[in-house]
Amino acid sequence: MTVIDGGLVQPADSPKQSTWLWLHEWATTVDHKKLGLMYISSGLLFFVIAGLEASMMRIQLALPNNDFVGPETFNRLMTVHGTTMVFFVGMPVFFGFGNYLVPLMIGARDLAFPRLNAFGFWLFLFGGLLFYFSWLGGDGLYGMGTAPDVGWFAYSPLTAPAFAPGNSTDYWILGIMIAGFGSTGTALNFVATILCMRCPGMTFMKMPLFVWLMLVNGFLVLVALTPLTAAQVMLLFDRFLGSHFFDTQAGGDAVLWQHFFWVFGHPEVYILIIPAFAIASEITPVFSRKPIFGYEIMVAATVGIGFISLGVWAHHMFTVGLSSGVNTFFAASTMAIAVPTGIKIFNWLGTMWGGRIRFEMPMLWVTAFLFEFVIAGLTGVMLAVVPFDWQLSDSYFVVAHFHFVLIGGLLYNIFAGIYYWFPKATGKMLSKKWGHWHFWVFVFGFNLTFGTMHFQGLLGMPRRIYTFDPGRGWDMLNLITSIGVIFQVLGVLFFVWNVVSSLAWGEDADDDPWDGWTLEWSTTSPPPAYNFETIPTVRSRRPLWDLKHPEDPDWHHE
Amino acid sequence: MSTANETITADEWTLPSRGHVGMLCLILTECAFFAIFIVAHLFYLGKSLVGPYAADVLELPVVGTIFLLSSSITITLAIRALRQGHQAAFNALWLTTIIFGLIFLIGTGFEWYGLIYDQGLTIRTNLLGTTFYSLVGFHAAHVTIGLLMLTGVLIFSFAGLIHVGEAERVDVLSWYWHFVDAVWVVVLTVIYLIV
Repeated sequence: MTVIDGGLVQPADSPKQSTWLWLHEWATTVDHKKLGLMYISSGLLFFVIAGLEASMMRIQLALPNNDFVGPETFNRLMTVHGTTMVFFVGMPVFFGFGNYLVPLMIGARDLAFPRLNAFGFWLFLFGGLLFYFSWLGGDGLYGMGTAPDVGWFAYSPLTAPAFAPGNSTDYWILGIMIAGFGSTGTALNFVATILCMRCPGMTFMKMPLFVWLMLVNGFLVLVALTPLTAAQVMLLFDRFLGSHFFDTQAGGDAVLWQHFFWVFGHPEVYILIIPAFAIASEITPVFSRKPIFGYEIMVAATVGIGFISLGVWAHHMFTVGLSSGVNTFFAASTMAIAVPTGIKIFNWLGTMWGGRIRFEMPMLWVTAFLFEFVIAGLTGVMLAVVPFDWQLSDSYFVVAHFHFVLIGGLLYNIFAGIYYWFPKATGKMLSKKWGHWHFWVFVFGFNLTFGTMHFQGLLGMPRRIYTFDPGRGWDMLNLITSIGVIFQVLGVLFFVWNVVSSLAWGEDADDDPWDGWTLEWSTTSPPPAYNFETIPTVRSRRPLWDLKHPEDPDWHHE
Repeated sequence: MSTANETITADEWTLPSRGHVGMLCLILTECAFFAIFIVAHLFYLGKSLVGPYAADVLELPVVGTIFLLSSSITITLAIRALRQGHQAAFNALWLTTIIFGLIFLIGTGFEWYGLIYDQGLTIRTNLLGTTFYSLVGFHAAHVTIGLLMLTGVLIFSFAGLIHVGEAERVDVLSWYWHFVDAVWVVVLTVIYLIV
């Protein structure tokens, strides 16, 4: 056994010592690549846990009047599932991608503040662990534990001490708040890195789209996340100091919490989906063998989405009874945000149009994403219509809509990104055979579950109910929905097996297995600790194309 | 787009300082944080169900404000002195900044003492107490954190570790201090001037 550190081979130690050294190295690292991998793997671990919680809910809902879990446990499962997927899966996995790729793509050796980066990761991890400790902690192991049961948006006054006794709600507040401090630090790091660490020649309009989108995303996190922290501080003050922010008995306003939560909550959706767009924007051109179509428009659309996303939050609150002026404004802004998003869809299609498309695993996932995301967008615009929302708000139609966004949009691109950059990070290719099993089984299961859910919603099934009476027309639909989960679980198992088996005895990857164009493919797989022997200089958006085609470099055309 | 033919060499490639950009990001995110408390305060203006009410108990903290805003001037002068290599002037001006900040904090302390013991206004009393103590308290917490960092720099300076070469980093810290002052102007306006 040898320990390779920064390209230097050190003398071998005893096996026990080297395990200890290996652990020590990962626990104390400030290297953006190691932290990126730690972000992604802990995010995926939380993904498996939250997926199991979802599976338990679907077992409960497979049959009418089922008693697999009781109502209290169901509420906890639903709250913890939602919170985990948003804060401890979506955000860390994308921070992982950003961590790993941003410095490589801009030709830098690390992020601007490596120690802040490590700090942010550990805050996220321990925030997540604290949140999950609620199952054991709080008031102890009474019954099934005391995990939070107030829903992932924790509406007031349900969170008031009178209605949420014990400490389960406090675990929800503190777990998210601690992880949020880490996220804010990491977002700050991304912005500072992208603005201050680009290699010579990489002007703003020569940055890879991935980097552009992570920059916009960094700003969104900075602007949107601290409002949630502020609102949670208010809630803590209400619960522990006896203040009256959301206390209706003292003139406080429960709707104010909804505003504060969704001022964060809707930009959060874009915080999750913009990195997914970033991954799609890198993969589509490489596998269509064409430069991205409409680069400048893509940048403008992203910035547009960033701004508009700050002004759409009250479309989550149409049923509250805001004035029609407010409803009209937020309906209009919500429809407006579909325009830049639509532009992006057309630009990806424009990139594929006339290209020599290679349907490798990353491209398959991105193509499937386009289909699912158009459905998600269409139901989104439908829900922006206020009277339609009045009818279907808080129904399974909404659940179907946001799972098409968050799975069809976000998770598909996470998978695409993993298949695309796995060779770079590990030096091993993922198996195409198991990849196909993963892809087809998961996509089938996903559409079975969440495609079906639209219909329960239209037939009036409310979200968050723990069971239902037979004969309302939902029985068969709920059974189909739950059967779909089996396929999704199988798909994820194929994926896990693919990762494990490829790591163990997979085919070795060379430095540039996909014939890519951005700087990360110019270094070794996996990259050395210092990333690049010499800091590169770029003259176009596709520096590796220029290198491979000196007779016709891009900077002749851009 | 047509300038692509020129090769850019490393020495003519300059980017902003990461310290300043990082601090601006922190300021941006802090602004969003304070904005929520300011909105809550404005939203609950005059909605307290029981007294004491703002118009009866709140007095404009003139002295504290003058000292806090002046400290922005002294910190700027301190950094100018450091850049010009006047070590003693830097120390004196930096110490003045800290004292000005302390005077502001002491003023807040006396104000709170009076409100709590004489007027009977606490965070539990009514909506005014809820939003007033949160907003002013978070600002005071930021002043306190700033003072701790300023004091750290002063100790380093007395230990002979702060020179012209550190002016850039000290300047980053001063931006935080300016931000704390700027927030105070907004807090002052929404709490004491709009009642």
